[in-house]
Formats: sequence, structure tokens, C-alpha cells
Amino acid sequence: MAEIKNYTMNFGPQHPAAHGVLRLVLELDGEVIERIDPHIGLLHRGTEKLAEHKTFLQSVPYMDRLDYVSMMCNEHAYVMAIEKLLDVEVPIRAQYIRVMFDEITRILNHLLWLGAHALDVGAMTVFLYCFREREDLMDCYEAVSGARLHSAYYRPGGVYRDLPDSMPQYEASKFRNQKDINRLNENRQGSLLDFIEHFTNHFLGKVDEYETLLTDNRIWKQRTVGIGVVSPDRAAALGFTGPMLRGSGVAWDLRKKQPYDAYDLVDFDVPVGTNGDCYDRYLVRIEEMRQSNRIIKQCIDWLRGNPGPVITANTKVAPPSREDMKGNMEDLIHHFKLFTEGMHVPPGETYCAVEAPKGEFGIYLVSDGANKPYRLKIRAPGFAHLSAIDEMTKGHMISDLVAIIGTQDVVFGEIDR
Amino acid sequence: MNQVNQSLLEVLKAKLGLAEDAIRYDFGELTITLSAQDLYQHMTQLRDTPGLLFSQNLDVCGVDYAEHPLRDHLPGRFAVVYHLLSTKLNHRLRVKVFCVDDEQPVVPSVVEIWAGANWFEREAFDLFGIVFDGHPDLRRLLTDYGFVGHPLRKDFPVSGHVEMRYDPIEKRVVYQPVTIEPREIVPRVIREDSYGDV
Repeated sequence: MAEIKNYTMNFGPQHPAAHGVLRLVLELDGEVIERIDPHIGLLHRGTEKLAEHKTFLQSVPYMDRLDYVSMMCNEHAYVMAIEKLLDVEVPIRAQYIRVMFDEITRILNHLLWLGAHALDVGAMTVFLYCFREREDLMDCYEAVSGARLHSAYYRPGGVYRDLPDSMPQYEASKFRNQKDINRLNENRQGSLLDFIEHFTNHFLGKVDEYETLLTDNRIWKQRTVGIGVVSPDRAAALGFTGPMLRGSGVAWDLRKKQPYDAYDLVDFDVPVGTNGDCYDRYLVRIEEMRQSNRIIKQCIDWLRGNPGPVITANTKVAPPSREDMKGNMEDLIHHFKLFTEGMHVPPGETYCAVEAPKGEFGIYLVSDGANKPYRLKIRAPGFAHLSAIDEMTKGHMISDLVAIIGTQDVVFGEIDR
Repeated sequence: MNQVNQSLLEVLKAKLGLAEDAIRYDFGELTITLSAQDLYQHMTQLRDTPGLLFSQNLDVCGVDYAEHPLRDHLPGRFAVVYHLLSTKLNHRLRVKVFCVDDEQPVVPSVVEIWAGANWFEREAFDLFGIVFDGHPDLRRLLTDYGFVGHPLRKDFPVSGHVEMRYDPIEKRVVYQPVTIEPREIVPRVIREDSYGDV
């Protein structure tokens, strides 16, 4: 009889199910995984090193490019760390805007995750449905910051500008006639808040649509129930956070436990799983989208009734208004110094974390009083999750590996940094 | 100092026997400095002692203090910083360990205590060259295969030492010394306290 041996197989970095540039070296016994050695770093851009050579403001766009599907949440952690060291007060309206956009970002992230995860496991339709809703949310990003992905909208001390009063409109072209255009522009007649409200009124129905496709689907359950089970203690030891931790039954959410910005002023629930498998994590994330929708609605109501400043008046941190800059020598100097030399952050160190869609996204900032950070460490949730892939997949089949990569919601921008 | 941190501080003082200057409280965050030799024992205590129960080690990272203004007052060039979180008691703690030897920085590994520290320690080894004694698999993590040097050290230039290109004559990818000129558009400056005050 022929001798049977384990063999090694390379997975990625160009595999469509590898979510970017993940390279796995699999040690297999037949089709059963014995050991996985992930090779990461193929997207390493040295963000932390670059940040040491850029002023504080210049690094904000780098934060978008870390976890490039939850852009504003990354910015949020970074600006919070700076605000803490500077001890600046963020206007309450800016806090609400940030909370609203954090939740829009959460929905954006979970929609991409859901689409990609379902596609990996074999359900094509969900992907198309998810991208339909993502389009509207991207338009919100675009309306507020001018960019659909890398918005650079949050600034130390608040947000770059207030919400716009009008939405950009589609225009007729040789591909689309006026009737189609009118239909597309129907929900764009009012302000950005009207547009978001229209979205939130319809979104719960859309989530139900995804659920009809998956939640009771026999194939979906066969592929996810009992796959990648992590016990609560093990999840904690492995450094899991976010939906990965909650899926294992630990009711831990920074938005509730250590609220930042206006999260203590809005009402929402934290879904928690019981079994710690891929299916529970799926259910947790689906429910999180509903809760995010709820938070956005509350923010819209508040923002409608409470106009006010959206960035701190401290001109050492935020630029003065255009009018003041043109008419006032003092403000002209501040404007010039802020955009050439940059702001000076007092010496000290801080760790600021936000509940990003994937888990705890933290920024450890060491400042020596200069106009650039002395050391910036980015704590990415996906990094800890991916490091546990060996343990999660041991004894599973290769096809389950794909489901587990999907459930971890890995994005290489933040893992490789 | 708030209630949570106050009670945490008392337990820390009672159980770990910390000196007063090993504890810092800034910006609402507690930092303790431990020595490398009893790090392992103290970290185990931090995880298991009732009243501490740091079930999670969220982050391990290196810091290179070589160019820091307070360098002369610090016990070493390299420090390893741990960020601990207790989900049961809802408190956080930052633990800092300075490496004794600047040439060969060594710190005991905490992978045995928190399995999640594995990759974080590998990363710190890769980027700073800090060796974690007792780590089961200390290999480079983020940098290229065959990379030389530790890029997050302060004496490593931001443009690196080598660049990579495709050589059409040799028909393969080759490494060569960097050809880009180092440039700094905004210089790094530290202003005195009262600078710009009206």
C-alpha cells in the first residue's frame, strides 16, 4: 500500500476567497486542515512609520486607508487620541455627526462583509443586494466629504464641515433618459438628512430581504452552523473584540461600556450570540445593522433640531472660518501656521479605542510635544482575529476555511498597516 | 481619578507591591512600569487576581525612545507596551517594560498567558528587533521575506535602505540601494510652552 503523508498547500495571495492578499500555507491531511501558517504583510505600507514623519493633520487620510471598508471609524479613533492629549472640547453637534457616520460606516462594513461572506460560501444574489444599499451610503459619504471612500472628514476638534443642505443630483446622459433620472433623483430633493432618513425608513425591509435569502437557508446553515466555534474564554485570551467576541456570548461593546462622543445619549441594544460559531456571528452582525439603523434615526432627529458649530473654535487646532481668515490678522497667522507647521500636541501618551465594525480599533499615541507624533501604534481588530485562524480551523475542511475567513471579516489594509 | 481606577489602583498596590514612581495616572489612564525579570509573574497575577482579572491583552507594541527628549531619564532605549482590558470589571491598564540592554533588547514572552499576544510580539520583534524570550515561533511577520533591519527604529530611514525593481536584462526582480533623496517638507519642531500665546 502506498504511504500516506500530510501535504502542504499554498492558498493565496491571489485567491478570490482570500479577501485581498492573504497567503496561507496549509498543512493538510487529505482535505482536513492540520495546521495553518498565515503569511501576512503583503500590503504593509509602514503607516506607523509614515505617521512619525507627517504632521498630525496629514495623517488623517492614512487612517482611511487602514481598514478601507470602515473608513470613518478609523479616523474617529485617531482624532479622539489627539483630542485627548490636546484636551479640546468637541461640539455636541460634531459628536452626533460622528456617531451618525460611525453607524453609517458600520452598515457599509457589514454589507460588504455579508455580500463577500455569502459569495464565498456560494450565494451570489446577496452580494448584488448588498451593493445596492452600499451605493446610497457611499453617496452620503460623497455628499459630506466629496469622496466616496477615503473621506478624511473627521478632524481633531470636530468634523470638517456641517452637513450639506442639498444632495447632488443625477443628470441626464445618452445612457439614461429624463424619466430614469427623475426616478433616481426622487429621494435627493431635500437635504442630506432627508436622504439618510429616506434610507433608514427602507433599510429594515432590505435587511429582511437578506435574511430571507440566508437565515433559514439549508445550505447556508450547513456551511456555517458549528463551524469555527470559539468559547468565550478562548475568545478573550485570543484578543477577540467586536462581533467575534459577542458571537461567543460575551456582552462587550465599547459603545455601551466605555461610551465615547454621543453614544451615551442614544438608545440601542447589543446583540450577543450563544454558540460562538459562524452562524451566530452572522446573526450578531445582521442585528447590529438594525441597531445601527436605529441609532442613525435618533441622530437625524437630534441633528434636525440642534444647529450649532461642528468644530472647535480653538484656532490652534482647527482653522478659523474663511471670513475671519481674510479679515483678521491674528486668524490669518493661525491659518498659516496650522497648515504649514501643524498643531503641537502636548507631551504624553494615550490609548483611544472605538468600537469599529470589526472590533476594537485603538490608537496608541505617544507625543513629545512636537508637530508630529513620536510614535503611533495602530491596534487593528482584524490582526488579532486573523492570528487565531490556525486555532479556529484546526480539524475543519478546506471549504470551511473559506467560511471562517469570511466570518473573521478580514481586511488587509488594517492587518498589514 | 474616577472610582474604577481608584479601586484598581488599590488592588494593584496591594497585590503587586509596586513603588509609587512605577505608577502614573495621565488623561484618565493608568500606566504601570514593571521590570523585565518579574514580568511573567506579574502578568499572570494581573490576569488571575480577583479585582484585576485582565482577561484580554489587546495590544503589545514596541517603542523606541532613542530620540525622545526624556531619553536620559528613561531606564532604556526600547520599551514594550501592553494594553490590558478586563471585560468583567470594565477597566483598562497600560503596562510598560523597559529593555535592559539597548543592543540586544529582551523581554519575556506573555504568549503563555494570553495566546493572542503571539502575533503582536512577532510584530514587535520584526519592527523593533525586540526578542521575546519564550515565544514559540519568533519569526518576522510584516516585512518582506529576507528583509534586513528593523524599520520602526528611529535610526531606520523612512525611505528604507533598498528598493526593488524588475531588471529586464537579468529578467528577474533585483534589489538595489535606494535612489530617492531623503526630503522633509515640514520639519519636526518642538516649541517652548508659551509659544504663540497672546
